[in-house]
Amino acid sequence: MESPNVHDFYDTRALLSDEERQVQDMVRRFVDEKVLPVIAHAFEEHRFPKELIPTIAEMGLLGCNLEGYDCPGLNNVSYGLICQELERGDSGIRSFVSVQGSLCMYPIHAYGTEEQKKKWLPQMHRGRVIGCFGLTEPDGGSDPGTMKTHAKKQGGDWVINGAKMWITNGTIADIAIVWASTDEGVRGFIIEKGMPGYTSRDILRKMSLRASVTSELFFENVRVPEASRLPKAAGLGGPLSCLTQARYGITWGAIGAAEACLDEALTFTKQRVLFGRPLSHTQTIQRRLADCVRRITAAKLMSLQLGRLKDAGKLHHSQVSLAKWNNVRMGLDIARDCRDILGAGGISVECCPIRHMLNLESVITYEGTETIHELVVGREITGHPAF
Amino acid sequence: MKILALAKHVPESTTNIKVKADGSGIETVGVKFVMNPFCEFAVEEALRIREKNAAAGIEVTVLTLGPAAAADVVRTAYAMGADQGVHLCDDAFTSIDEIAAARTIAAAIKSRGFDLIIAGKHAIDYDSGQVGPALAECLGWPHVGAVVAIEWAADMKSMTVRRRIEGAEEVVNIKLPCLLTCEKGLNEARYPSLPGLMKAKKKPIETLNLAAVGVAQADIASATKMGEFAPPPPRPPGRMLKGSPEEMAKELARILREEEKLI
Ligand SMILES: Cc1cc2nc3c(=O)[nH]c(=O)nc-3n(C[C@H](O)[C@H](O)[C@H](O)COP(=O)(O)OP(=O)(O)OC[C@H]3O[C@@H](n4cnc5c(N)ncnc54)[C@H](O)[C@@H]3O)c2cc1C
Repeated sequence: MESPNVHDFYDTRALLSDEERQVQDMVRRFVDEKVLPVIAHAFEEHRFPKELIPTIAEMGLLGCNLEGYDCPGLNNVSYGLICQELERGDSGIRSFVSVQGSLCMYPIHAYGTEEQKKKWLPQMHRGRVIGCFGLTEPDGGSDPGTMKTHAKKQGGDWVINGAKMWITNGTIADIAIVWASTDEGVRGFIIEKGMPGYTSRDILRKMSLRASVTSELFFENVRVPEASRLPKAAGLGGPLSCLTQARYGITWGAIGAAEACLDEALTFTKQRVLFGRPLSHTQTIQRRLADCVRRITAAKLMSLQLGRLKDAGKLHHSQVSLAKWNNVRMGLDIARDCRDILGAGGISVECCPIRHMLNLESVITYEGTETIHELVVGREITGHPAF
Repeated sequence: MKILALAKHVPESTTNIKVKADGSGIETVGVKFVMNPFCEFAVEEALRIREKNAAAGIEVTVLTLGPAAAADVVRTAYAMGADQGVHLCDDAFTSIDEIAAARTIAAAIKSRGFDLIIAGKHAIDYDSGQVGPALAECLGWPHVGAVVAIEWAADMKSMTVRRRIEGAEEVVNIKLPCLLTCEKGLNEARYPSLPGLMKAKKKPIETLNLAAVGVAQADIASATKMGEFAPPPPRPPGRMLKGSPEEMAKELARILREEEKLI
């Protein structure tokens, strides 16, 4: 029997269709050729490489798992593989694609009117309109039910006041999907750049997701017409369903980040000779590398089955929570361990583990912190919410 | 105008090539095959000509000659935007040489009314660079090799092309019908798109065998045969010089002059 492939220990590629493999290869190549050569520098400069947007859009990656409105309608496993490959490059690039597709295009697709879908989705798929998703507020993200941003009906319009914080793509976005409380509960609005009273500014000095734009949004008597409200979203279920989409992609993304770190650590330990033998010949290094392979393999099988469930329409959001918790924790632990294995060189941005490690500190917090996902699973198995 | 782009299925450039134990070829199991990068330039150029002249109704066909798996190259070309795809596939084509391949392709396309054929400068598998020029010969067409820029005349019936030669660029005027081969630098090939990939799956590929191509096996008999494949000999280990820096420098100069005869 042949030895298994280090990079795919359980041959999960064999569980993919030809089309899924082609999608993965195509994005993999894009990341190798266009993302990896620029990303370390972009991270260092605290700059989102916006120049990649046209190629990402031309490849059709934005909203790729949505049907109609010029979107390709790929299955969810393909979408997951795209996230995995993008995050092998950098969490910031994957975040951009997640936010555009899962957090902005998805709610318009799921909760919008026909006019809203026709107006926005084709343009967003082509990358000509960039979106951001405003749910989190300065006073706390884990409990969005207590949000302070509110919308009041005035005549036929809505008047929105409040602020959102930690919003990916905020200052580069042409539209914001903003969730606000109303007398009837939480509602979603499409707010356009340039509407009077709507401003944004970047959050600087981040030590994580430096190659991604994170912003604050402010709403001061922003007047939006009823036609800009997402009519089919009622209550917190609206934004939470978007988060389920994006978190699903994150479960795959973390695998990509971990693979990139392991790759670098493997090469290094084969070459580094200490005490008369390569590091990779020592017991504890082997144990640590084997542990990486173990956890990556488990994470892959988890995301793949999650994707199959999603494609079959049988996905429960708590199943996504379990994988988001498991896989991001896996990615963060592996990135930290690979960082350590690289020794002093590992603290340089020229090696990818420290960049992934810092990025994953955001990924473990956003889209529901690790604790929140543990509590979601806890509620599911006990029947008692303990948030 | 009808444009034909040739595309070959080759091992990815980062593949670690292993020679089969019996020397009959290279190990293909587990090797990833892709479209030859120079053929990507050819497909890209054909698509750009079509896009720049959107009203002209230009049609881009992609042709590959190769085993069943080579159909993937046509699918990739579809995902990039090609209109038609032809796959020449028959056991009789398995180990034909470049001239025989050119004859086969010429026979397959001669009645199809192409005005322009674009091919890669060479394929990165065997690096022979003969199929393009040989095909032009078979058709009795002019050809320009290793093109890095194309400037079309207003009537789209002729063009001025530039080709890189040692230390200079050659500028050539050429009329349709003709054949060009692409050098790196002509363009940057686009990535296939996801919608393209989805459509490609459903788009039929015209597969032609020996009989359908309309050549007799005798007509495509190869004049050359691959004798044997062998891995390059292992590199001899490096030599370490010993002594003080002065002694080592002296010794190095002596080796370069007397043993290696380099200085
Ligand atoms: C880079 C980045 C990008 C982001 N992008 C977006 C975006 O595009 N859109 C958006 O809306 N938001 C975005 N966020 C915000 C993110 O979703 C929130 O940060 C996250 O939900 C956590 O909210 P918080 O930061 O307010 O932490 P808090 O909710 O204040 O939590 C603080 C700590 O308390 C813990 N905790 C919370 N509740 C409990 C409990 N019941 N029991 C025990 N412990 C608990 C948490 O796990 C955490 O450790 C982004 C964040 C980052 C860092």
